[in-house]
Amino acid sequence: MPKRIITSIQAIGHRVIDGIWRLGCAARFFVLVLLKSMTSFLRFTLVIREIYFVGVLSLIIILVSGLFVGMVLGLQGYETLQKYGSESAVGTLVALSLVRELGPVMSALLFASRAGSAITAEIGLMKATEQLSAMGMMAVDPIARIVAPRFWAGVISMPLLAAMFSVMGVFGGYLVAVVFIGVDEGSFWSSMQNAVDFRYDIVNGVIKSCFFGVAVTAIAVFEGFDAPPTAEGVSGATTRTVVTSALAILGLDFVLTSFMFRGVD
Amino acid sequence: MQRTIMDFWVGLFVMTGMGALLILGLKVGNLTTYNTGESYTLIGNFENIGGLKIRAPVKSAGVVVGRVTDIQFSLETYDAVVTVGINAYYRFPKDTFASILTSGLLGEQYIGLSPGGDEEMLAEGDKIMKTNSAMVLEEMVGRFLFDKAAED
Amino acid sequence: MSEPLIEIKDLAFSYSARPILKSVNMTMSRGKVIAIMGGSGSGKTTLLRLIGGEVKPTAGCVKVAGQVVHKLGRNDLFRLRRKMGMLFQFGALFTDLSVFDNVAFQMREHTNLPESMIRDLVLMKLHAVGLRGAYHLMPAELSGGMARRVALARSIALDPMLIMYDEPFTGLDPISLSVIGSLIRRLTDALGMTSIVVTHDVQESLKIVDYVYFLADGVITAHGTPAEVKESVTPFVHQFVHGEEDGPVPFHYPAEMYQEDLRLETHFA
Repeated sequence: MPKRIITSIQAIGHRVIDGIWRLGCAARFFVLVLLKSMTSFLRFTLVIREIYFVGVLSLIIILVSGLFVGMVLGLQGYETLQKYGSESAVGTLVALSLVRELGPVMSALLFASRAGSAITAEIGLMKATEQLSAMGMMAVDPIARIVAPRFWAGVISMPLLAAMFSVMGVFGGYLVAVVFIGVDEGSFWSSMQNAVDFRYDIVNGVIKSCFFGVAVTAIAVFEGFDAPPTAEGVSGATTRTVVTSALAILGLDFVLTSFMFRGVD
Repeated sequence: MQRTIMDFWVGLFVMTGMGALLILGLKVGNLTTYNTGESYTLIGNFENIGGLKIRAPVKSAGVVVGRVTDIQFSLETYDAVVTVGINAYYRFPKDTFASILTSGLLGEQYIGLSPGGDEEMLAEGDKIMKTNSAMVLEEMVGRFLFDKAAED
Repeated sequence: MSEPLIEIKDLAFSYSARPILKSVNMTMSRGKVIAIMGGSGSGKTTLLRLIGGEVKPTAGCVKVAGQVVHKLGRNDLFRLRRKMGMLFQFGALFTDLSVFDNVAFQMREHTNLPESMIRDLVLMKLHAVGLRGAYHLMPAELSGGMARRVALARSIALDPMLIMYDEPFTGLDPISLSVIGSLIRRLTDALGMTSIVVTHDVQESLKIVDYVYFLADGVITAHGTPAEVKESVTPFVHQFVHGEEDGPVPFHYPAEMYQEDLRLETHFA
């Protein structure tokens, strides 16, 4: 019996040490990517190519989801607010929830599952088929040539996608509240504009999505680069990218929110 | 995929993203009425600020003319020191009266400015001398009961 | 003969306490095709990685053109690697680039040649492997043999002094196999390179190589010219060359007694 207890304690210890070890590897890799980013900026076409894959190809899912989220917000908000006779505040509700929270968070989650997993799978497969080794043997650093452009493409795309998500959401809310239900258009927009502060709400939302972009793409490239070079290894890494990114986004969101909106309102 | 086609899509993507940010700023937010830097600060001491918060509006005749930027407790006078930023476009006389009001019965609290008749205007860093504290419901009820008791 | 291109002295390498190479000594002179043979998992590929500087030895050293590989700094190592080519087992073509761009990759990364000259050079390299007509295809559209020929064209892109082939014959049909074999021989002679072929395909490689090393248990067990090897009476070489099932390389992985493993009662004994 005591032996079993000892082994289970050992198992916990092993997991913790492993986790910290991986965290250290990830941090070192992240610094390495930043240090080797010069190539990405000197040859910006590499980044543009990757923006196409992670940004442009994520557009459809981001825009459609944004529209639906906004429409649901409009409908639910109207249902609740009309009990208090303040339907015109539905604009405020839709815009604030989108700009502050749902826009950055939802689009980052979608981005992680659409683009993050694709980045991991691509880099992982390149590793499994020895393309990264081959590149290294050709005296081309795979981190500078493959990883860094993908990282920067993700970091650039994320805030843009979040902004589009929010705009589509506001449009969706407008569609439901004003066009379908018939809330007064003027009060919809003016209550929104009164409540949403440019620096306080919008800029903070953009800052959030920048952080999420860094987190998601850093996780995605690390998992891809770190994946065991087998089919199971790559598929496991892809799953880990999505799960870890989701946790990182939500955790980071709490931390950022508590810094940004502390003690006000 | 042809390079030029890819470049086109990425260009469109970045432009749409920028456009979305612009729409957020102009249509959703208050960037149109936003003027950073072009404001001057005034200070006022209040005996009690009630539920006044940072960023609460400062209104005069119902028009928003500025915002509360800072609230501190003063150890010298043992009251609240409220700093407000007033839009540089609006000038107020020296003897302007500042009071903490509530919009509606349970609404948010704001600072109301009632201009006086002085010829000199308030400038950057000036102190508003005449202030009126927030109405605190408990105090009002207490005073009402006290008055009633005194009548009897 | 001038000084040897590659000198390997007392080279040892282990993966976390598991020794792969114990003590390897080799010298390879310029302009030759050298084969390194050995069973699966005998550390042949690791040897190539050590020569290319991808991993560091636990002891001993590899000298390429007079330089000790594992003591080079990053920049010097990359400078040395530009003079080396490596053909990976399945080609390792960049799947997101076309055949043309794959071959042009190193020229674009390392030189400032104008695009028109790169075009000419790429087509020349592709012509050398007989695939000039396939320049517009993507790697996914190529057969295994074609992919390896493209990879060969890519590895000779900057006219290296040394090319290493990691199992170039694996998984090819007999025709592609002899095509690759004769390409290795012809390119080595035409470009004055040195080729190191890691393989376990005895018949094909004995046709094209100048010298053979046998690697087993982390040491060089035998070496010689193809003629010597064929006549060899060393048990291991004999087993390997003739593909016999049992011999010095046992059929069974070391294990406990069969009877004990199956938990058989021993009272019959």
